[in-house]
Amino acid sequence: MAAGLAAVLLITPLAAQISNVLFVTAPEKIEGKRNEVVTADFKLQLRTGFHVNSNTPSDDYLIPLKFTFAGATVQAQEVTFPKPRMEKYPFSAKPLSVFTGDFKTTAKFKILPTAPLGQSLLTGKLRYQACSHTACLPPKTVDIKVPVEVKN
Amino acid sequence: MNQLFRGVLVAGLAGAALFLGGCTKSTEDVRAASVKPDDRRKMAPDFSLKDSDGKPVKLSDYKGKVVLLNFWATWCGPCKVEIPWFIEFEQKYKDKGFAVVGISMDEDGWKAVKPYMAEKHINYRMAVGDDSLGSLYGGVDSLPTTFVIDRSGKIAATHVGLVSKSDYQNEIEQLIGSRPGSGAPNHAARGAN
Repeated sequence: MAAGLAAVLLITPLAAQISNVLFVTAPEKIEGKRNEVVTADFKLQLRTGFHVNSNTPSDDYLIPLKFTFAGATVQAQEVTFPKPRMEKYPFSAKPLSVFTGDFKTTAKFKILPTAPLGQSLLTGKLRYQACSHTACLPPKTVDIKVPVEVKN
Repeated sequence: MNQLFRGVLVAGLAGAALFLGGCTKSTEDVRAASVKPDDRRKMAPDFSLKDSDGKPVKLSDYKGKVVLLNFWATWCGPCKVEIPWFIEFEQKYKDKGFAVVGISMDEDGWKAVKPYMAEKHINYRMAVGDDSLGSLYGGVDSLPTTFVIDRSGKIAATHVGLVSKSDYQNEIEQLIGSRPGSGAPNHAARGAN
């Protein structure tokens, strides 16, 4: 499946219509040999009219976009985000560092020397906080799962 | 020809006056429309929380007052635009039977809220809420969400997202001037509380 593994927000039915504003498409699979460093792209799609704070927000009070990963076979080394946009909103005196629309982040993973051969699962979380021009949604955490295959 | 011209001019001016009059009325109607008619208002769900001093805050304790109940959070930019207005409203209308009650939806609770309250000199009562309180109010998922509650404890207006200061001010002034349950202005009651 070209779309890979789509991680969908866990939301309550009442809030479903407005809180489901960010979709993440994780890679279909991460594969490599022990000690190799592999890269994986995560595609993020934000609903029109909304923005999320970038990984480096303009103010301390803003909640950054952040990935965290946990897995017994791979270790996350670095996550690269695109250059944020500096956008002005009616509620802010100065431009804010945000992401909008569709964008991609790339993560580097080192396959651990102790990783067992074969298939396992990398789990991760994406935390974000989205706003429109007039309102903000509470911070959300999206669960991410990516199959990992360690080869000989 | 001159008579015809004068006739057209008079008719035109009269039409313009009617049009402008209509516009004025229309603007008033739009303003008034933001406060629901009394028979369409529903009771605001009661709750019991603790304020920043640890004292109980119950909505039912405010019966007889007009209450602006504001759900907000420290990470919410649009919420922060409104807070100075609410500070001003509390100061301006507190002697007329009005109160602002803030409900922070910050996950970090007072740890996040108290420093912000001190920094902004927030003069109204504040409590920390959660999703269960939000559910009572139909699911408060977007912030700011604000309920303007009449003297009978009924929700007269609901605002999701940032609205204008004048919208709130118009609603508060309408409700302050209304007898409980009547939905009609009661100028005699102004300043009585």
